[in-house]
Amino acid sequence: MYTSFAFSFMPYKTILSPRASITTQDNKNAKDYRTKVSRNPTLEKLQYNYLFPEISEREAQHAKKYPNAKIISLGIGDTTEPLPDVVASSMANYAYSLSTRTGYRGYGAEQGSKDLREAIAETFYKDMGIQGAEVFVSDGAQCDISRLQMLFGSNMSIAVQDPIFPAYIDSSVIIGQTGDVEQGSGRYQNIEYMRCDPHNNFFPNLSKTARTDIIFFCSPNNPTGHAASWEQLEQLVKLAQENGSIIVYDSAYAVYITDGSPRSIYEIPGAKKVAIEVSSFSKIAGFTGVRLGWTVVPKELLYSNGFPVINDFNRIICTCFNGASRIAQAGGLASLSSEGFKAVMSLVDYYKSNAEILLETFESLGLKAYGGVNAPYLWVHFPGSNSWDVFNEILEKTHIITVPGSGFGPAGKEYIRVTAFGHRENILEAADRLRSLLL
Amino acid sequence: MSAILQNVSTSLSASTSTFLGHNNLKAIKPSHVSMAGRMSAVVKCVASPSAEKTAYKTNVARNENLAKLQAGYLFPEIARRRNAHIAKNPDAKVISLGIGDTTEPIPEVITSAMSKRSEVLSTVAGYSGYGAEQGEQKLRAAIASTYYEGLGIEEHDIFVSDGAKSDISRLQVLFGSNVTMAVQDPSYPAYVDSSVILGQTGLFQKDVEKYANIEYMKCTTENGFFPDLSTVRRTDIIFFCSPNNPTGSAASREQLTKLVQFAKENGSIIVYDSAYAMYVSDDSPRSIFEIPGAKEVALEVSSFSKYAGFTGVRLGWTAIPKELHYSDGFPVAKDFNRIVCTCFNGASNIAQAGGLACVSPEGITAMHEVVGFYKENTAIIVDTFNSLGFKVYGGKNAPYVWVHFPGRSSWDVFSEILEKTHVVTTPGSGFGPGGEGFVRVSAFGHRENVIEACRRFKELYK
Repeated sequence: MYTSFAFSFMPYKTILSPRASITTQDNKNAKDYRTKVSRNPTLEKLQYNYLFPEISEREAQHAKKYPNAKIISLGIGDTTEPLPDVVASSMANYAYSLSTRTGYRGYGAEQGSKDLREAIAETFYKDMGIQGAEVFVSDGAQCDISRLQMLFGSNMSIAVQDPIFPAYIDSSVIIGQTGDVEQGSGRYQNIEYMRCDPHNNFFPNLSKTARTDIIFFCSPNNPTGHAASWEQLEQLVKLAQENGSIIVYDSAYAVYITDGSPRSIYEIPGAKKVAIEVSSFSKIAGFTGVRLGWTVVPKELLYSNGFPVINDFNRIICTCFNGASRIAQAGGLASLSSEGFKAVMSLVDYYKSNAEILLETFESLGLKAYGGVNAPYLWVHFPGSNSWDVFNEILEKTHIITVPGSGFGPAGKEYIRVTAFGHRENILEAADRLRSLLL
Repeated sequence: MSAILQNVSTSLSASTSTFLGHNNLKAIKPSHVSMAGRMSAVVKCVASPSAEKTAYKTNVARNENLAKLQAGYLFPEIARRRNAHIAKNPDAKVISLGIGDTTEPIPEVITSAMSKRSEVLSTVAGYSGYGAEQGEQKLRAAIASTYYEGLGIEEHDIFVSDGAKSDISRLQVLFGSNVTMAVQDPSYPAYVDSSVILGQTGLFQKDVEKYANIEYMKCTTENGFFPDLSTVRRTDIIFFCSPNNPTGSAASREQLTKLVQFAKENGSIIVYDSAYAMYVSDDSPRSIFEIPGAKEVALEVSSFSKYAGFTGVRLGWTAIPKELHYSDGFPVAKDFNRIVCTCFNGASNIAQAGGLACVSPEGITAMHEVVGFYKENTAIIVDTFNSLGFKVYGGKNAPYVWVHFPGRSSWDVFSEILEKTHVVTTPGSGFGPGGEGFVRVSAFGHRENVIEACRRFKELYK
């Protein structure tokens, strides 16, 4: 499905890599020297490029085709609003202090600065019994996900929601946990896909879910925007307990929750014994380029032989990583100060208002748009369609970039993800254009 | 009776990760449930069970690769010992010449660029979100022209990162578990440890202090710290660090030519770590790509850590030539690009702004000054140990001095120096069995601390 589309679209040599044409495109000269090192077979399993560079590439091609068009990007979930002064100046000051004798610092603790670890625990896990020592500061959730895969190793089975942010699946393939992709369905063998759609309220039917070692669960969800309820998460924790599984809970969008849904898996009793939580400053503080996030590994989380997961994760952090940038950490700490947190939350509100505008727009057009209430993503249903076709049509006719739902998994086939990140005027302009296209 | 039952259940839990395996776990009921059932029967007969025995365990097997690692990563271990020593001797002025951590302030031309970028992020016109995962275009171009001018390495071959240590693991993820690797012995421990974690190795063999399936290329005083390649088995990957951490030795043009030839004959890939290249004082090559033919067999990893004091700022790069191909003709850079886009999300934009300033003309001059300062430290340390009659290696092309203590255990020497002079060094065996009998003294430190440390060495070993 996806691969055939890649052929029909004008592949760029360096970005799209339709598998059949590799040797002809890149091994121009049969006499070119080749090492005797085999390509990692797991990388060969990947069917296509990572989703978001693919979207960037399409945007670039569109811009070339229509040099005068004002392209509005509601595609990649990239923050657009400037950092609050209090946060930016903390980083500016910290950077400057590195040129002073008393202020200079070299290597930091790989796990992150003690102050920041404690501030994260205090801000996001108050009264949940999570301590600073269980918080590992990182350069972002995408990196943490791969480090967690290195931690788990290739002999793990994983379950993911379908549709889902592609990094869990792609990293699983890369680390060797999966079989080949099934042509037709686009699903990788050995991954348990937990379908989430309007019929099941975007929460999987857990009684139909096969046991896996690891369960990746993102809530509020990227791309559907659904925030799991307390009852739903209770079921999930119970399933993990019954199966002896580990949940990797991605709470990167927790601060977007409007309706009182849980913001952390650790709100559920018993979760500390079965769950790791990953989060990020990207969508909290606009740190998409600054790079800062964290992972919580509770001390109570044990492997089947009783060995604490946190000990091994710490070893990974110390060996495969060298700490997040101290400057980014200074910014993180400032964003959790009372002034800083107020400021970043008002940016979150700004994006939430954008989401409201877009929700209203789709509603007025008679389209069902899910999400947008607890997350900066709308999941818009175009029944009977192929999402890449819808993506292309919207792009051609309104110069708006979105993300085709099938990029997030087979269950996304009839959906388009629209992000709510953007300057207000662009959101309003986009709303106008969509109205004129779809009315 | 209860003792036997206890033993059975203990041995079950200890070996679960091995004999039960992951596949079997799917079929059987979670063992902890039945164990708890058995345990509760035992509990009535024995004294109250420890929390450990009744603590909930998942049914997820520990990654056996991590179980292969013998101890913690080397440098946190050194830090632990230092901290324990400080706690025991609160009045002692402990001087750290252990972990290679930079100490001198970053030149203002570089920090002001980072300050400026931070401030610009708070403006509408200047704010930027996600950057290219491979790094900002200007920085990639500037790194290529600064370090690889005339060597055929261009902007698109450069992948900016948050540092060499992260890159090494990403390269291991790239290569996968089915490759064999060779390392220098001794060597910077991240190559071996990441190899173990990724499942490329067998178990640690205590008698020889080596992991099975890694080829250790001995670098000794006898072979001038360059391995005798005629005795080295073929491996897929060869990690090679020059100037070397920990021995300080910089390979010559002739030696690197042999290495490239060796790789070419064996169809191997060299991962060349050039993090200390700016410390080279003689005409030793600064990049593997100075050697003809290297682009077909090597990739290079480097870092701003030791040039600009970016140990806490986090910025480095990996250069992968277009000419480097797997056995099926697929370009290595393409797969690395995929790794970088999936397992990483770019180095911090603020750090990259600093990096751009580093490779400006003013920044390069400033970095040379920083490097020069540490080189002067190195010379002081070399002189000190020479004057005490020690055989001293390195110290000319790298900020590390490799001091020989023939016949002695390096951890013993480490402890002795720490106890008696309150100076932290790094024991050579932490870098591999070939490091036994040596201690690495790093030259990063304030001048007065280096001088004081040397005074104390003179006291101890006079």
